[in-house]
Amino acid sequence: MSVVDIKQVSKRYGQTLALNNVSMTIAQGEFFSLLGPSGGGKTSLLRSIAGFVEPDEGSIEIDGKPMLNVPINQRDLGMMFQNYALFPHMSIADNIGFGLSVRHRSKAEINQRIKELLSLVHLEGYGERRPRELSGGQQQRVALARALAPRPRVLLLDEPLGALDKKLRDEMQIELKKIQREVGVTTILVTHDQQEALTLSDRVAIINGGKVEQLGSPREVYERPHSQFVASFLGNANFFTGVVCGQADGMTQIRLPAGQVIHSSHGAGRSIGSRVTAAVRPEKLHAAGSNGPGQPCNRLSGRIAHEIYAGNSITYWVEIGAQQVSLTAQNNTAPALSMGAEAHLEWAPADTIVLD
Amino acid sequence: MLGSLALLAGPTYLWLLVTIFLPLMAMLYFSFLTIAPIAGPGGTFTLSHYVDIFTKPVYLINLKRSLIMGLEVTFFCALVGYPAAYLLARQIKNRWREALLLLVVLPFWSNALVRTFSWTMVLSDNGLLGQWLHVLWPGGPSLDLLYSYKAIVIGLVHAYLPYMILTCYVSLQAIDGTLAEAALSLGASHRQVFQRIILPLSLPGLVAGSILIFVPVVGAFMEPRVLGGQQGITFGTIIESQFTTSFNWPLGAAMGFVLLAVVLIVMALFFPLLRKHLN
Repeated sequence: MSVVDIKQVSKRYGQTLALNNVSMTIAQGEFFSLLGPSGGGKTSLLRSIAGFVEPDEGSIEIDGKPMLNVPINQRDLGMMFQNYALFPHMSIADNIGFGLSVRHRSKAEINQRIKELLSLVHLEGYGERRPRELSGGQQQRVALARALAPRPRVLLLDEPLGALDKKLRDEMQIELKKIQREVGVTTILVTHDQQEALTLSDRVAIINGGKVEQLGSPREVYERPHSQFVASFLGNANFFTGVVCGQADGMTQIRLPAGQVIHSSHGAGRSIGSRVTAAVRPEKLHAAGSNGPGQPCNRLSGRIAHEIYAGNSITYWVEIGAQQVSLTAQNNTAPALSMGAEAHLEWAPADTIVLD
Repeated sequence: MLGSLALLAGPTYLWLLVTIFLPLMAMLYFSFLTIAPIAGPGGTFTLSHYVDIFTKPVYLINLKRSLIMGLEVTFFCALVGYPAAYLLARQIKNRWREALLLLVVLPFWSNALVRTFSWTMVLSDNGLLGQWLHVLWPGGPSLDLLYSYKAIVIGLVHAYLPYMILTCYVSLQAIDGTLAEAALSLGASHRQVFQRIILPLSLPGLVAGSILIFVPVVGAFMEPRVLGGQQGITFGTIIESQFTTSFNWPLGAAMGFVLLAVVLIVMALFFPLLRKHLN
């Protein structure tokens, strides 16, 4: 059952088209992410759902009700802001109770709910403090508790973890996901952090230039990107551009400009002679001789030009003709590759992604 | 570090000590003398000025009148100034805001006495305001505002309004815009957003403006003199006349210190209430 239904929404600011005919539906209880570079339109879309921005065209429905002309304060939403936006003159308890108190709920009910939420976010005993007496991570939890207190239909998160340092952010991601599961609230997250979107979401919409580039589960969008933009925005990718030179047994052969042929188990339906771009993730590449897959392989040879050591992994840049191809290896074997040495890269045809 | 700080701040504090503390001390001393020792030694210790102030009705009545005037002027400044500051800080953007802010401070650039006298031309029966009223409403009542208590309040509100607008503007524009958005998203009405978020957070500006206005208005003498006529006697004008016409400096000084004490007591009464909000 869909909770949020976005139909052909467009929004223009002067000359820029912030949202260009965007449509998507978000299901009950789903954790949905809007991922994209800044200025891509994801925040405009979130603010349109919230009601801070009125779309020029299209409609947004929540629970089947059109939201046009429904003011923000009647949309039954919870929202979390990047800077938390806690009310500095109120105690933590009053912050959390605000949404219920403006709805004139009874004191007993409000206090009960505050207690529940303080325990949900592990801040028992902090009720009487002021926001500025709390750390960034704790303020974050208060902001989440405050947004959840009135039991909103939809929880909107606007880059909620952006202001935290990496370690705390990783912890909060796990916490956020856990709480979202526990409460079961339909959640829409705006983020420019691809790792955050992949970790947290049931589905991700990659938004760029006001359009949805691709929409799917984290696994789908990462493993099967449709476009060069998605492939390079989500993680890293090597791109090979060539001409289809054969189609057989579900395999597509692509001839690269220098004459090598690579194989892909995708791309059926591409006519012979058409130009295609293929993407291969650096971590799907293996150096010949290391523990690669034992199936028919793609094979390219080159010389190792750079090495980037990142602790848990090492990325090698291999020069193959005019192109540099990156290969990322887990740091769990003795380094078999050295600078300047000849390297033979291998990968499975299933890992050659043919882009649209 | 401390040495260089002291070097920097030292002259300022010395200046304040010399220009404020010493004259005040001299005045405090005068207030206990029978005659001010200006022409030469003379005058003996007495409490009679203070006793007079607290026993003779003329002083108490006018003290009360001045305090009420201070409250009224502060109230009207807040009533007019806060909405103006709100519009300026939260609704109007960019160049318009700069232009309007300039208009707010413009009166500071002209002489206060000239401004006050210009009000006499506006407020008198056949003044500008009266003439316009007769054009709009022929046969309407005559607008006889000049030389009345109302005229004093109008003149004082005009003179002190910029303080209220500026202090409120500063505290209003410092409020993070996402706080209002957060409150709206939590279901608050615009009225609730104002009452529970904007107003409490801008209270420091309202308080600062009120203090900046109330304190000088209670002792004001120029506007009551020029605009008040027969109605123009206030505690401030009585103090002034002790120094300028009656030449009774000790009584004037004693009245000044009584006024200072009363103002401090008023502040002390309000302060616990304010501290609760300001924290």
